Amino acid sequence: MSSVHDWAAPNPVTTNRSGLIGKGVDRYEGPLKVTGTAPYAYEVRPPSPPAYGVMVGSAIATGRIAAVDTAEAQAAPGVLAVWTHLNVPPQPPRGTKAHPRSTAGSRPALESDRVTHWGQPVALVVADTWENAIAASALVRLSYEAGTPDVDFSARLPDAGQPPGEQDVEIGDFDAGFATSPVTLDETWSTPIQNHCQMEPCASLAWWEGDKCIAHTSVQMVKPAQHGLAETLGIDRDAVHLLTRYIGGGFGGKGQTYDDLTLAALAARALGRPVKVAFSRQQMMHGTIHRPATVQRVRLGAEKDGRLNAFSIMTWTHCHQDGTFTEHASNFARALYAAPNRLTGHRLVKLDLPGAGPMRAPGEASGTLSLECAMDELAEQLGLDPVELRIRNEPAVDPENGRPFSQRQLVRCLREGAQMFGWDRRLPTPGQVRDGRWLVGLGMAAAIRGNFLLPAKCSFSVDAEGVITVRQGMTDIGTGTYTVLAQIAAETLGVPLGVVKVEIGDSELPPAPGSGGQFGAASAGSAALAAGMNLRRAIAELATGDPNSPLYGGDPERVTFQDGVVAIENRSETLAALVRRAAPDGLTAEGDSRPPPDMREWSTQTYGSHFCEVGVDPVTGEVRVRRMLGVFAAGRILNEKTARSQLTGGMIWGVGSALTEGNAVDPRHGSLIGQDLAQYLVPVQADIGDLEAIMLDEVDDKANPMGIKGVGELGNSGAGAAVANAIYNACGVRVRDYPITPDKLLAGLIAKGM
Amino acid sequence: MRPFTYERATDLGQAVREASQTPGARFLAGGTNLLDLMKLEIERPQHLIDVSRLPLAGVEDADGGLRIGAMATNSQVAGDRRVREHYPVLTQAIVSGASGQLRNKATTGGNLLQRTRCPYFYDTTKPCNKRTPGAGCAALEGVSRETAILGASTACIAVHPSDMAVALVALGADVETQTPAGDTRRFPLMELHRLPGETPHIETHLIPGELITAVVLPPPPPGGQIYRKARDRASYATAHASIAIAGGQVALGGLAHKPWRAVTAEAALAAGASPTEAMTAELADASVGELNAFKVPLTTRLFAAAVQEISGEAA
Repeated sequence: MSSVHDWAAPNPVTTNRSGLIGKGVDRYEGPLKVTGTAPYAYEVRPPSPPAYGVMVGSAIATGRIAAVDTAEAQAAPGVLAVWTHLNVPPQPPRGTKAHPRSTAGSRPALESDRVTHWGQPVALVVADTWENAIAASALVRLSYEAGTPDVDFSARLPDAGQPPGEQDVEIGDFDAGFATSPVTLDETWSTPIQNHCQMEPCASLAWWEGDKCIAHTSVQMVKPAQHGLAETLGIDRDAVHLLTRYIGGGFGGKGQTYDDLTLAALAARALGRPVKVAFSRQQMMHGTIHRPATVQRVRLGAEKDGRLNAFSIMTWTHCHQDGTFTEHASNFARALYAAPNRLTGHRLVKLDLPGAGPMRAPGEASGTLSLECAMDELAEQLGLDPVELRIRNEPAVDPENGRPFSQRQLVRCLREGAQMFGWDRRLPTPGQVRDGRWLVGLGMAAAIRGNFLLPAKCSFSVDAEGVITVRQGMTDIGTGTYTVLAQIAAETLGVPLGVVKVEIGDSELPPAPGSGGQFGAASAGSAALAAGMNLRRAIAELATGDPNSPLYGGDPERVTFQDGVVAIENRSETLAALVRRAAPDGLTAEGDSRPPPDMREWSTQTYGSHFCEVGVDPVTGEVRVRRMLGVFAAGRILNEKTARSQLTGGMIWGVGSALTEGNAVDPRHGSLIGQDLAQYLVPVQADIGDLEAIMLDEVDDKANPMGIKGVGELGNSGAGAAVANAIYNACGVRVRDYPITPDKLLAGLIAKGM
Repeated sequence: MRPFTYERATDLGQAVREASQTPGARFLAGGTNLLDLMKLEIERPQHLIDVSRLPLAGVEDADGGLRIGAMATNSQVAGDRRVREHYPVLTQAIVSGASGQLRNKATTGGNLLQRTRCPYFYDTTKPCNKRTPGAGCAALEGVSRETAILGASTACIAVHPSDMAVALVALGADVETQTPAGDTRRFPLMELHRLPGETPHIETHLIPGELITAVVLPPPPPGGQIYRKARDRASYATAHASIAIAGGQVALGGLAHKPWRAVTAEAALAAGASPTEAMTAELADASVGELNAFKVPLTTRLFAAAVQEISGEAA
C-alpha cells in the first residue's frame, strides 16, 4: 500500500535536472492549432464521404410532442433520414448499465414525446450535405401539448429543499455565535445562469467498421464518453472506439456527452456511412448544460478586532427536472477562514430549464462572488483593511475537520499581491479617485480551490529511433496537457522535448480521468511519471544485461538518463543506439497512479489573491477593468506559460461574471434570452487591460509525487469579487445582483445622489 | 439556410433593375448582417445581387462636404483623414460599433440597413412582427433591456442598432439612391428609416429594388462634435443609449426603431434650457417598462455629460 510519505523521495520531476519542468515551453500542438490543421472532431477525415446531421430543438419547455409531420423534410433535396421519437432506432432506457462497471449509463436521444426543457433535441435530419440538412431541418413540423413552464427561480426559492443525500454542516452554534457578535453582516447575493460558450461547440463524427463504432467527439473525459455511448448503442464497451484528440474548450460543459454523439453513431449505423452532427452556437445554449443561478445568504459575526466568531453561507440553486446537480457555492468556504461557529449548506429546486452542471470552478466561482464581497463589507464596517481582515482570520488547521494543511500560502499570496499591486495606494473611503471622467477604485479578494488526485494509467514506449511516445486516454481541452506530458516524459527519460510524441484522447489508450476539477495534470502526470520510471527501469535492465552495451554488467539502479544518453559514470551510449541494437522493436512500460489512503489526513487546497483596478463612469454606470493581478500558490508549476494562460483565463472569466455574463430566462417560454455571442457577452481581448498572474514557488509533497497542484479553476475563484469590490471602492455602490451591468449600477449611483 | 442564387453585379442600373424584377432578391454588400440572418433563416432571400464590387467605394469632396460611397467600408470612413478632422463624431460613432473585423467588411450602405438585434427577432420560435407580419411581438412582455422607449408601437419595440447612422443624422446627412427606374434620388437620411407603426417589417422608405449609392455630408456644422455611447461591454455591444452632437444638432441611438433626431432637445437647448432640462423634455413622452426604464436617466445624464465635454473643449 502506497503512502503520501513515498512522495518525499526525489524523482526526475522533482529533481528537474535539465530544467524542463516549469519552463514555459511552447504548446506541443500549437503549430497545428494556429495553422488550422489540428483536426477537431468535426474536421477529422472519415474513410468515406460523410452525411451531415442537423438537430432540431423543441420550441416548448415542458409538455409533449403531440404530432409530427416530417413529410416535407423527408422530401427535401439530399435528405437521407428524418428521425423523431417515433422512428429513432431503439436505445436502452436512460441510465442503463448493461455492464455493471460502466462509468456512464445510456443517454438515449429523441427518447420519447416528453419535453423537459426548451431547445431539447427532438428531431434529427441527415442529408448528403450540411446545407441540405439544415434547410430540411426547418421543414420538420412538430406540434406540442405545452405545459406551463416552471422556470421562475426566485418565485420557487421557498420550495427548495436539501439536495439528495446532503445535510447542512454546522460546527459550534452558529445562531448563538452570530447573536453575540458585536459586529455583524447579513446580506444576500444572486448570480445568474451562465453558459460555457466554448469556442468549439459540441460536435461528433462517427462511422462503423463492422460491429465497431469509431466515434470522434469533443469531450473532457474519455472513458465515460466511451461507456455511455456503448450503453446507449447497446453494444459491448470495446466495440466503441472513442477519440477526442483536440478540444476547443470544455470548462465543465464537455464533462459529459450530448445527443450529437448518440445521433451521429446511430445514424452512421443506420445509413452505413460516416455521419457528422454538431450543435450550432445557438443550440449550445439550451442543448447542453449551464451553470445554474444562485441566491446566497452570507452572515458574518465578528469581534471588533475582526476575528470571525460566526460564519455562514447558505446557497439556493436549481437543476433540471431529472437532475440532481447542485452548484455547491458554499463548500469552498469551509476551508477558507477560521471561525468557531459555522453553518454552510445548500437548497435545490427543480425547474423546467436545461440541465444544470459544472462550469469552471463550480462552487467557488459563484460562492466567492458573495463571501469575498461580504468580507469587503465587513472590513469596511470594522475599519480594517480587507487584506488585514483576511489575515486575521487565517486558520492554523482546516477549520472544519482539523486536518493540517499540506501547504497553505494564502497569507503570502495576499501580502505579496498587495505589495506588487500597490494596494497601499487604495483609499478606504469610496469615490475619492478620479481619472478624467472615470472614478477609479481598487478591490481585492482571496481565492481557494480544492485539489484532487484521481486514479490514472499511462504507457511510455521508446523506439529504435530513440523516440519516446506517451500514450494515455487523457484529454487536452486547451489547458496544455500535451505539452506538460511531453515535459514530464522528456525530464523523466532524460531526452530532448523534440523526441517526445504524445498520443492522448483515445479510449484504447491507458485510461486517465480526463480534464476537469483542476485534477488533470496531477492525475495524468503522476501516472506518466510512474510509466516513465518503469520505462527507465526497463531500459536500465536492457543496457546492463546486454553484452554489447558499454553499460553491461553494471547496476541498473545506477544508470543515469541525460541528453538522450544512458550512462553509468563514464560508460555510456545513446538511448537510440541501445534500443536499436538490443530491442529493435522498442520497449514499452506501463505505470499507474492512485491516491494513497493517507492522503486524506491533510487538507490540500490551492490558494490565491486577486487585486483589481476598475474605472466607473459615474454618468452611465459603465465599468471598465483597468488592471488586474492574481498571485497564486498551487504547488510546483509544470509549465509557467500554459499555467499562466489558465490562470489569466480564469481571471478573465471572473471579469465576465462580475460585469457582463448572465443569461436571463423568459418565464413565458422557459427559454434563455442570450442565444449567441452578441447577446451573451463574454469579455474579449479588447475588454481586458493589464493582466498578470504570478505563481509563487511552492512544492506540495502531500499532493502527488510531483508536488504539483491544479490551476484550471483557481484563477476564476474570487476574481469576480475583486472586480465588484473595486467597483464599490470606485463609486460607493454595492450591487449584489450579478452581473453588475450599467442599469443596476446607475440605479445605485442615482440613489446616492451622484 | 435555404438554397439561393447569387450574382455579382457589374452595372448599377442593371443591379437595381434586377433587384426590382427578381422575386425575393436582396442586395449583398459586406454581408456582416445579412449572411448571419440567412443562416438563422430570419432572412430568406431567393436571389442575392452582390453589389460589393460596384464602383461605389470612394470618399470624395463634394460642395464643401463629403460624398461617401455606399460601398466604402466602415473602417475606411472612420479612418478617412477628412472625416477625422471635420466630422469626428462620425469616426467616434463608427469605431464604437462592432469590432475591427466587422468594420473592415461592413459598408456604409449596409450599416444603415442592418436589422435590429432584438433577441426575439433572432429567436425564430417566438412571434415577431418583423419576421412574420401579424404574428405578434414577443418582446412586448419579454425580458430585454434593449428595447425602444421612443416611437415604439404595440407591434414592435425593437431598436435600430447602428451607431454610424446616429452620427449621420446629427450631421444632417443625405442619402443618395438609385431607383429601379434609373433615377437618382436624394433625401435627408433622417427620413430613411421608419417608425414601426403597424408594419415593423417595413423598416425604410426605400422602394423595392432601390439601392443606396452614397451618403452625402453637408459642410461640417459650426460648433463641437461628440459621440457618446453607453453599453455593457467595451469591445463590442449595442448601445443602451447613445448621443451624437454636431453643432446644434442632436441625435439619439439605442432608443428607437430609427436614429432619433432630438429636435425638442435641440430647440430647448437653443432657448437656453440646461442639457438636463432639454433632454428631459425630449424624453417626456418616453414609454418605458421595468427593464428599459434606466434608459431615461441614462440618456439624460449622458447628454449632460456630452454637452459639458463639448463646452469644455470649446473653452
